[in-house]
This record gives sequence, structure tokens and C-alpha cells, in this order.
Amino acid sequence: MRSLGFMRHLNQEKIVLLLTALLFVVFSLTLNNFLAGDNILSLMRSVAVLGILGLGMLVVVLGRGIDLSLVAVMAISVAWSMQLIHEGLPVSVALTIGLLFALGIALCTGILVAYAEIPPLFATLAMATFVYGFGRAHLIVGTDVVYMPKTMGWVVSLGQGKLLGVPMPIVVAAGMALVVFLFLRFTKIGSFIYAIGDNLAASRISGIAVRPMLVLQYVLSGGIAFVAGIITATSVEAMNTRIVNSNMIYDVILVVVLGGVGLSGGRGNVRNVIVGTLLIGVLMNGMTIMDVQYTVQNVIKSLILLLAIVVDSIVNPRDEQTGQQGDI
Amino acid sequence: MGRNGLMKLAATAVAALAIGASAVKAADDMNDPYRDPALSSLAGKKIAYLPISIGFDLAQAWGGVVKTEAERYGMSFSSQDPNWNTDAMAQGMTALIAEHPDVIVTQNPDMQSLARLLKQANAEGIVVVQLNMQGAIQTDAFVGPDFIAMGEQAANMMLKKCGAETQTSHKVAIVQGVLTGGVSYYQVQGMMKVFNEHPEIQIVSSQAADWDASKARAITETALQQHPDLCGVIDVWDGQGIGTGAAIKQAGKQGQVYFITSGGGAQSMCDGLADGTYSAAINYNAPGMGRDAWTSIMIALQNNQGAGAIKTQIYSPTRVMTKEDVKEGSCWDPQQYAKILR
Repeated sequence: MRSLGFMRHLNQEKIVLLLTALLFVVFSLTLNNFLAGDNILSLMRSVAVLGILGLGMLVVVLGRGIDLSLVAVMAISVAWSMQLIHEGLPVSVALTIGLLFALGIALCTGILVAYAEIPPLFATLAMATFVYGFGRAHLIVGTDVVYMPKTMGWVVSLGQGKLLGVPMPIVVAAGMALVVFLFLRFTKIGSFIYAIGDNLAASRISGIAVRPMLVLQYVLSGGIAFVAGIITATSVEAMNTRIVNSNMIYDVILVVVLGGVGLSGGRGNVRNVIVGTLLIGVLMNGMTIMDVQYTVQNVIKSLILLLAIVVDSIVNPRDEQTGQQGDI
Repeated sequence: MGRNGLMKLAATAVAALAIGASAVKAADDMNDPYRDPALSSLAGKKIAYLPISIGFDLAQAWGGVVKTEAERYGMSFSSQDPNWNTDAMAQGMTALIAEHPDVIVTQNPDMQSLARLLKQANAEGIVVVQLNMQGAIQTDAFVGPDFIAMGEQAANMMLKKCGAETQTSHKVAIVQGVLTGGVSYYQVQGMMKVFNEHPEIQIVSSQAADWDASKARAITETALQQHPDLCGVIDVWDGQGIGTGAAIKQAGKQGQVYFITSGGGAQSMCDGLADGTYSAAINYNAPGMGRDAWTSIMIALQNNQGAGAIKTQIYSPTRVMTKEDVKEGSCWDPQQYAKILR
């Protein structure tokens, strides 16, 4: 019975954490150099952008929303900024315009969701298509890959620099995780987001300005997307707007859901995102070392997600009390 | 002067007139007699351009060149952008066949998706030019690099830097595009043909980065950590290779790791060669491919044998470039061609 008691304490986050630890041990024992400090840094670095986007998704999902426009906003806003620099604008001005564009789009999305009451799934899906289409037609007029201008200055260090030997993308991701954690945990607005996600009607009755809060969530996620874009672009010295067509947005949802954040809102925190991101990082790094093909990697990734969900539903069966309305 | 004299004068005058007239006629003949039929076989014809996307540098150069020439000869040129969506492209192709232009210039997303439609277009008398990647069917012209030969060429270049005669680890990594895409698949096939005959070469990693520079960066970073003595890397496309090069640079291995890539020779290729992102690049000159496509259109329309009567594989010439070859104007500006297509 003791083992069953132990099982009771398992939730998806712990299952995924265990799975990550297990994979980590297996890889450490079987793969050369897996445990090397440099490899661990490279592992974390390769999922830093994913983790940052995961934070943006977390803020929205906690309020019972979802943001499918994250990747589109990230790609178009940053690509446009770099294009403006190519056209001769000063770096600071161009980056400010890009950030304002990202925030402006997110504001529109938020208004659509909060005031027009369009389901977030559709509002953000439409917005993603709009941002990409508009951006490709009117903002990024040349090729769909915008190369990083040579004049980016200190901004480049966000993608390529190091702080005490740790690559900057990891430092930025960790810093943002801390900020989002503090925001959700210790500010009134943070608590309101949980309340709204948990029970929107009750939050409204108890006096929370629900609609502006929803808008704020999307604006935050838009700003986070811009930061993730800057790191992507400066790391590889280019922003390829084609990633909007890739399955990257599903990877973002994957790390959030995998870590145990409930898509029905109100459940989850930054820790869940970190755990989900680390699992993907360990998995991808190990498979890259083993020279497993990318398509096979995707299959394994999705199998792990299914496994985590199945185990979760076995140890935490849904019933009338735990099940929530609004699950996607 | 008698009657006879008058007659002589008249005859001389007539003769002079005739000579004068024939001189005029000779001046007329100095015009190229072949120009008019050639021009009239082109004028008023319709060219439809449907690549898998118009947003990338290669497609912009091909389309830009063909459009410029088409307009020069009074032809109409229209283009569609399926934006990497194979379904949208197949629909666009179906609609095009119904519209019945005289020429369709297209770029296959893969071997099979358009094969049946291209065959149908040819059967209905539309000249079909395929760019960069040949579908499972041959039409009037295929214009593109011989990717298998290019893979072999890259592998042979790598042998010089990392082969048996060198004091290196002989370790080589390959960064592919997508596994099923012909551009990537055939290059890798060519490389492996060479490397399989050279057992000293050790392929330590051969993975697909999905045409994404970020993935290429992550893959190469890991490969470099696993094999710090890595001798060379081949990436099948320079647009993705910028990430591969960034990983090499950020690991401080520029100079140690020989990095070969290939592409259409846009300015970004020259920039990458100049700053050492790429050690060497095989340039298949996209505007040159545009010219080849235009040439094949002229051949098909002027000979008027019917669509699909003459089928030609037009393999693009390539040129290996290193830092030393980069000069002002060695590469082309995609913006310039993008403007033409707009």
C-alpha cells in the first residue's frame, strides 16, 4: 500500500521530472560526453528559446486561453526590425518599432478575446495567419529570410555572448523565468490571472476587472515573443520567417502541457514549463548525439508526450471533482 | 535622237530604276529575316510562374529574370505564391491548366505532388519548365543543378581537406535539409557515393535540420561537442548553413572545421564567405538558372513542335567560391529581383 501512497503524490509534473531524470541517467551512462559541462550548456541553450516562448504561453494558458500567434509575432516583429536596420534606421529605433508592433498585435488579439469574446483558439489562429500574411506582403518585402545587420551592436551578445561562461540565451531564459515566477507568485495581477483561469465568472463577481486582465496576458506574451525572436535572430544571425509554417508552435504547447500546466486554466506555474522544457532538451540532445533522424525524433517526442498524459490519467483519474469544464 | 535612241534611253532608265529598286530591295534584305518569325512566335504569349514560394531568393531570381525577358518581348507574365503549401500549389496548378497559358514555369515541392498535373498540362499543349527539382515526370525542360554531381563535388572537396592524405581526424558531419526533399536527398546521395569509397572518412553525424538555421545550429553545436576534433561539415543549403556556421564560429572552431555549403549565390552567400561563416560554397547562380529557363521557353515557342515534343535536362553550371572570390558584385541582390516580381 505504501507504493500506492507514493503513486498518489505523482502528478504530471513529477512524472515528467522523473522521466527527465531517468533519461538523463540513461544518457549519462550510455553516451560519451553527455555529462560534459559544455554539453549540458548546449542542451539547455538549444531549448532556451522554446522555454521563453513557453513562459509566454504559460501566462496565457493560466487565464484559460491559448496563444497560437506566438511564433508568427516573434518571427515577423524581429524580422521587420532587422529589415528596418538594413534600410538605415538606428538599431534602438528599429527594435522599439518591432517591440511596439509585437505588443500592438498582441493588444489586438487580447481585445478580440476579451471584448469581442472570440474563443482564443480561433482569435490567435487567425491573428497568426494575419501577422504572417501582412508581414510578408507589406513589411518584409525582400526574401523571407532576413539576415542580421552587421550594425546590431551589443544586441548581438544576447544570442552569442556569455555571462560567467554561461551562454546568454540561457541567462536570458532563466532571468525571464524568474521575473514571470515573481510576477505570478507575488503580484496581485498574478493572483488575478490564476483566479480568472480557475473560475472566470466568480472572478468577475468578486470584482476583478476580467477583460483588461485578459488583454494584459496577451500583451505580455507578445512582449515575450519579441525577446525570444531577438535571441533566435542573434544566435543564428538571421530570422527565417518560414518558421511560422513549421510545427514550432506545437513544440511550445508541448513543453507547457508536458510540464503539467492545465489547458483548462488556473493550474500550473513556471516550474512546470522548466520541467517540460528540460525533458525536451534532454531528449533532443541525446537523440542528436545518437544521430537519430529528425523525423524519428518527432515520433519519439510525441510518444513521450502521450506516455506522460496516459500515466497522468492513470494515477490521477478524472472525475467530477477534478475534471474542469473548458478543457480543449 | 531617233526613235531607237529614245527606246535605248527608256531601256536604260528602266534598267536604272530596276537597279535602284533592287538596291532598295537589297537594303530591305539587310534586315534579319529570322527576327520577325521569332518575335511573332513570342509576342502575346502567356507565361505563368508557380514556384513553391515566391518569398525566397532563388525563386525571386528565376522569376525576375524570366519576367524581365518576357516583358521585353511583349509576353504577359503572371505569378502565384503558394507559400510552401503543397496543397495550395496543386490547386493553383489545376487552375492554371484550366486558364491555359502558353507556358508554365514551376518548381516542384517534391517528386510526386505535381507529376500528374504537369503531365496533363503538357498533354493540353502547355509548355512546362521545371526548376531546381525534377518531378517524377519529364517535361519540356528541367532547369537546375545536377544535385547528385554537386554532392559528389562537395564530398571530393572535403576529401582534400579531411581525407586520408591529411593529418586530421577524418571526421565529417553532414547537415541535411528535409529528408524527403530532392535538393537535400540527392546531394547526400552524391556525397555518400564518394565517402563510401573512402573508408577513412568517418561520418559522425548526418541529420536533417528542416531548412531551419536554428536547428542546424543546435545539431552542429552538439556534433562539435561530441567531436571536438571534427574536421569538416557539409550543409546542403547556405540559408540553413548560416546556423551551422554560427555554431562553428561560437565554438571557436573557425579555421579548424572546414565548412562547405551550396546555394544560388545571393549576397548573403558572399557575406558568409567574407566573414568566414562558410569556408567554401558551391554557387549554382540563380539568375543564370532564370536565363536557362527563359532560353528553354524561347526554344519551345520558336520551334513550335508542340508542348513536350523536345525534352531537355538543362543542368546549371556551378562555381566553387571561397573568400578570395568575393568581390563587389560577385553575388546578386535578391531585393532587386523581388522588386521586379512585385
